[in-house]
Amino acid sequence: MAGGSQRVYKQRIKSTQSLKKMFRAQELIAASRIGKARARTAAAAPYERAITRAVSAVATHSSTKHPLTSERTDTNRVAVLVISSDRGMAGAYSASIVREAEKLVAQLQGEGKEVELYAAGRRAISFYRYRGRPLAAEWSYGSDNPQSDVAAEIADTLLEAFLAPADEGGVAELHVVYTQFVNMVTQRPRVVRMLPLEVVEGIAVPGESDAMPLYDFEPSPEVVLDTLLPRYVRSRIFSFMLDAAASELAARQRAMHTATDNAEDLIRNYTRLANQARQADITQEISEIVSGADALAAS
Amino acid sequence: MAELNVVLVAADRKVWSGAAREVSAPSADGQVGILAGHAPLLAVLRPGEVKVSTAQGTAVEARVTGGFVSVDSNLVTIVVDEISELSGREPALR
Repeated sequence: MAGGSQRVYKQRIKSTQSLKKMFRAQELIAASRIGKARARTAAAAPYERAITRAVSAVATHSSTKHPLTSERTDTNRVAVLVISSDRGMAGAYSASIVREAEKLVAQLQGEGKEVELYAAGRRAISFYRYRGRPLAAEWSYGSDNPQSDVAAEIADTLLEAFLAPADEGGVAELHVVYTQFVNMVTQRPRVVRMLPLEVVEGIAVPGESDAMPLYDFEPSPEVVLDTLLPRYVRSRIFSFMLDAAASELAARQRAMHTATDNAEDLIRNYTRLANQARQADITQEISEIVSGADALAAS
Repeated sequence: MAELNVVLVAADRKVWSGAAREVSAPSADGQVGILAGHAPLLAVLRPGEVKVSTAQGTAVEARVTGGFVSVDSNLVTIVVDEISELSGREPALR
């Protein structure tokens, strides 16, 4: 019986050791990818800056109304895009993004709006599918390495929904829930109202107090705005996805580091227990032998 | 003569930046040529070829699928969706 408990402990040590190896590997993978993810965020920044600048230039220089910048009142449907991860093993990452999304949905529903869900990343998709909630569209896109063409596809789908007439499933607003990468330790779920666009002068390049020059638009301000705004939305969504990817990797690295530490603790505990059990077995065996010999000698 | 300061960016990276004498880009209704001192311009690009004659006398050519170009006090920003071909990029700038 006592030998049994020794075997059980050994088994547990073994399985925890192999788990630990897995955690460690995941931690290292995440750590090596996070630098790349942050470099990609930095690489996409010039494009975003240029486009933001151009958009605010057009916005300040023409009073052109564009469907993407005007509020819609003909429908009370709104779209929510949830950007989550494709895989777990990232601690509370997907749980907190889904929680944030649920909070937003509840708030929007409280305002009498009808929410349409768009999910990116398998974790969010499976969350909503498991609960039987319909998704307007879903993308599982390789969340830790987002590509600009996937971002364009997501943005185009959402723009299409925003520009569609009310009776064809058009939406009046678009909110995006994603995780903002603050630093390696802090990643914050964040909600952004994407559409209708508000071109805030504040996003223009800082330190530019002088007035924007008078631009010539070719072929016309309307056409320029027409090409710029969808690109602007695309670039914003791409940057959200890159931010989410960096956050996911940081969360995974941290979660896996903790898991590795926990596994080490468990292994230490089980080793101690196994040693104790072995010692107890030996003691018992000796006392059995001694008492057996005593009994023989007495007879 | 003053020089142009050119930045060529694609959706996910900065492709090229540097000083140039002339930029030629396929705008919506014709090829637009930009020299130093050009009036502020914001033009939509159609698919075609962007040519940059650098200050060193070399040429950078890129085949683009669309985007826009903005010119503002000798700062030329060419923003493109995708670059399918690129030639003449100096290795030092990569």
